[in-house]
Amino acid sequence: MKHFISIADLSRAEAISVLDTAEHMAETQSRSIRKLPTLVGTTVVNLFMEDSTRTRISFEAAAKRLSADVINFSAKGSSLSKGESLKDTALTLQAMGADAVVVRSSSSGAAHLLAHAGWIDQPIVNAGDGAHEHPTQAMLDAFTLRRHLVGEDRLGADLAGRRIVIVGDVLHSRVARSNVLLLTLLGAEVTLVAPPALVPVGADIWPCEVLYDLDDALAAQPDAVMMLRVQRERMIGGGFFPTPGEYSRRFALTTDRAARLPEHTIVLHPGPMNRGFEIAGDVADGRRSVITEQVANGVSVRMAVLYHLLASTSEET
Amino acid sequence: MSALIIRGARPYGEDAADVLVAGGVIAAIGADLEAPEDAEVVEADGCILLPGLVDLHTHLREPGGEEAETVETGTRAAALGGFTAVHAMANTDPVADTAGVVEQVHARGEEAGWCDVRPIGAVTVGLGGQSLAPLDAMAASRARVRVFSDDGKCVHDPVLMRRALEYVKTFDGVIAQHAQDPRLTEGSQMHEGVVSAQLGLAGWPAVAEESIIARDVLLAEHVGSRLHVCHLSTAGSVEIVRWAKQRGVDVTAEVTPHHLLLTDERARGYDATFKVNPPLRTEADVEAVRAGLADGTIDIVATDHAPHPRDAKDREWDVAAFGMTGLETALPVLQATMVDTGRLSWRDVARVLSETPSAIARDEQQGRPLAVGEPANLLVWDPRPTSVVVPEEQATRSTNSPYRGQELPGRNVLTLLRGRPTVRDGEPVARA
Repeated sequence: MKHFISIADLSRAEAISVLDTAEHMAETQSRSIRKLPTLVGTTVVNLFMEDSTRTRISFEAAAKRLSADVINFSAKGSSLSKGESLKDTALTLQAMGADAVVVRSSSSGAAHLLAHAGWIDQPIVNAGDGAHEHPTQAMLDAFTLRRHLVGEDRLGADLAGRRIVIVGDVLHSRVARSNVLLLTLLGAEVTLVAPPALVPVGADIWPCEVLYDLDDALAAQPDAVMMLRVQRERMIGGGFFPTPGEYSRRFALTTDRAARLPEHTIVLHPGPMNRGFEIAGDVADGRRSVITEQVANGVSVRMAVLYHLLASTSEET
Repeated sequence: MSALIIRGARPYGEDAADVLVAGGVIAAIGADLEAPEDAEVVEADGCILLPGLVDLHTHLREPGGEEAETVETGTRAAALGGFTAVHAMANTDPVADTAGVVEQVHARGEEAGWCDVRPIGAVTVGLGGQSLAPLDAMAASRARVRVFSDDGKCVHDPVLMRRALEYVKTFDGVIAQHAQDPRLTEGSQMHEGVVSAQLGLAGWPAVAEESIIARDVLLAEHVGSRLHVCHLSTAGSVEIVRWAKQRGVDVTAEVTPHHLLLTDERARGYDATFKVNPPLRTEADVEAVRAGLADGTIDIVATDHAPHPRDAKDREWDVAAFGMTGLETALPVLQATMVDTGRLSWRDVARVLSETPSAIARDEQQGRPLAVGEPANLLVWDPRPTSVVVPEEQATRSTNSPYRGQELPGRNVLTLLRGRPTVRDGEPVARA
C-alpha cells in the first residue's frame, strides 16, 4: 500500500491485515506506557481543509503514539484561508519534507488528486473527501463490528454473513460509501435505509439492498445498525424532506425502535450526532451503543494505517 | 496573390480532380488542369477536398480572458483545425451584448487573418437572464450578428425565451440555447448516474437538458421561430429533437466532438480536464448522439472549444472550470468516430462541419459548394496519417485538451481562406 485513499483500492486480505494490525495496536494501548517507537523521526502532516475535530485529533493521537512528529495544517488561520490552492500547499509540504499527509477536504477526489497529480511523492491518507470516501472511518467501524460480532476468534476473520443496516443521509455520506465497499468486501450483507431523495441516483448497482422503510429493515433482525449523521448544513433549500419531524418519524432510531432489536444487536454512529433527530439520546447512551468505543478504536485503526504506509516504506529504504 | 493548383485531391471524398484557385475563388475544376506558369502546385493524391470548416460554437475568450486565449491564438488554432470561420461565443468580459463589443471582436478577427470571426451576441444583458440585450443593434452592426446565445448559461425564463425567439425573426436570426435547467443543476459537477454516485460528485441529470429542449421546441413551434440547440448530449435530447423535426419545428441541433467520443467514466481519476458542461455522458448517450448525427437528427458538429488557464484546471474537481479545447482535434475526432466507422461520408462531413453551420448562421460567404466561381475557402485533408495529441504543441494558448496522448487520424495539408493559404503542411502560414 502506497496510499490509503479508497476502500475500492483494497483487497480483502489487505483489509483484514489492517484490522489485525489495529488489534495489536489496541493491545499496546492498554499498557501503562502507550507510546511505540515505530515512527520516530518521521513527520506526519494533518492537512485539514474542512472543519473537523474528532478525526484530526484521532489522527494526531495515532501518529504521536507511534512517535511520529505531527504538524497540523488547518484551513483557518493558514494560507489555505487566504486562497492558496491545494497544489501550492502540496508543493510546500513536499519541499518541507513531510513523510505522509493526512488530508481532509470538502472536495470529493482531493486525496486522490494529491496522491496522483505529481505535486507530492509522499503517502496520502484520506481523512474524508467530500461525499466520496472516509476509508479510515469504515475501517474503525469494521474493527468495532468484528470485535462485537465475531468475538474471540476475530484475528484473520471477516464479517461473512453478518447483517448490517446503515440508515440516513446516504447521498451526502462518505461514511456510507466507504462502509458499503468495506463491509461487503468483508462478506457482510448491507442494507441501506434512506428517504429516496437521499439515495444517490446510480446506487442501484451497489452491492447492497436499499429500503425506504426503517421498520422493515429492523424487523429483519440485523446484527448492527449504523446511524448516519443527517448533514443538514448541506440541505439548505434542498427540500430533501419536508421537516425534521417527518424525517425522524420514519428514519430515526428511537427508543421504541431500538427496543425491538435482537438482544445482541449493536448501534453505531460515526459522529457528530444530532441527538433527538436521527438517534434518540437514550439509544446513543444505551447498552447497545458502541459509539464511544468507535472513537477509541479509531486511534488504533489509524495507527495501523500509518504503520502499514510508513513502517513498510522505511523498511524498503 | 499568385494562382494555386491542388492536384489529385478528392472533392467531398469522391472522384479525384485538379482544382485551380486564382483571384481568391475556384477558377477551374477538372482532370489534368493546365496550371499557369507561376502557380503553386500542391500534390494531394489521396487527400480529401472539403469546403473550409465552420465552427458555430467557439470560445475565443477575448476580451477579458486573454490568459486562456486571444482572437489571434484561437483563430490560428482554428485554421490548423481546418476552419475558415468560427462563431465566437458571447460570454467574454465584457459580455458581447452590445454592438460595440461584437464589432471589436469582429475587427480583431479581421486583423488576425486566420479565419473569419463571426461574433455571437448575448441574448440577455450581461448573460443575466433578466432582460433582452439590444439584439437589433448587434444585427445591424458591422459584425452582422445573426446567432444569439447566452451559452454557458441557459435562457431559463420561459417568457424571456419566447420573446427572444420572436424578436430575432425581424432579421432572420436564431437563438442558440444552452439547455440547462439551473435549479436541477445547482452545484452539479458531472453526469448524474452510476459514476457520480460512486465518486460522490453532485450529479447533472440528463433531464435538466432534456426538459429545456422540450420546452424550447414547443415555444419555437408556438411562435414560428428558429431554434438552435447547442451541444446536445443525451439520448433523450436526440429523441426530443427527432420528434420536434417530425412535427415540422424549425429546430437545428449540434453535438461536440467530445460528446461523440468520451464518457463519464473519464471522471474516475478526478482529472478536471474531463470536467465540461454539459458533462460527458454514458456509453448509451454516446451511441445515441452518433446515431442522431448519422441520421440527420443532429445537424452539425461544433467544438465548444473552451480554453482555460492551467490553474483553472489543476485543482479539485468541484472548484475547477468547466470546458475543454477542441478546435485542433475536431475533424480528427469526427473522422475517427463517424467516418472511419462508416457512419458518415466525407460529403456528410462537409454538410455537418461547413455547409449547415453556415446556413444556420445565415453566412453566405462560408460553407459554399466546391464549384467554379465560389470563394476559395478550402481544406485539403489527408485522412491517412495519424498523430498523438500533445496539448503543449497546439496553437491554442491553453492545454486543457481531453485527448492528451491519444492517437487521432488525419492531417491538415492545406487550408485556404479566400485563396490565401493559412495552413500548409500542417504549419500555420502568417499573412504576408
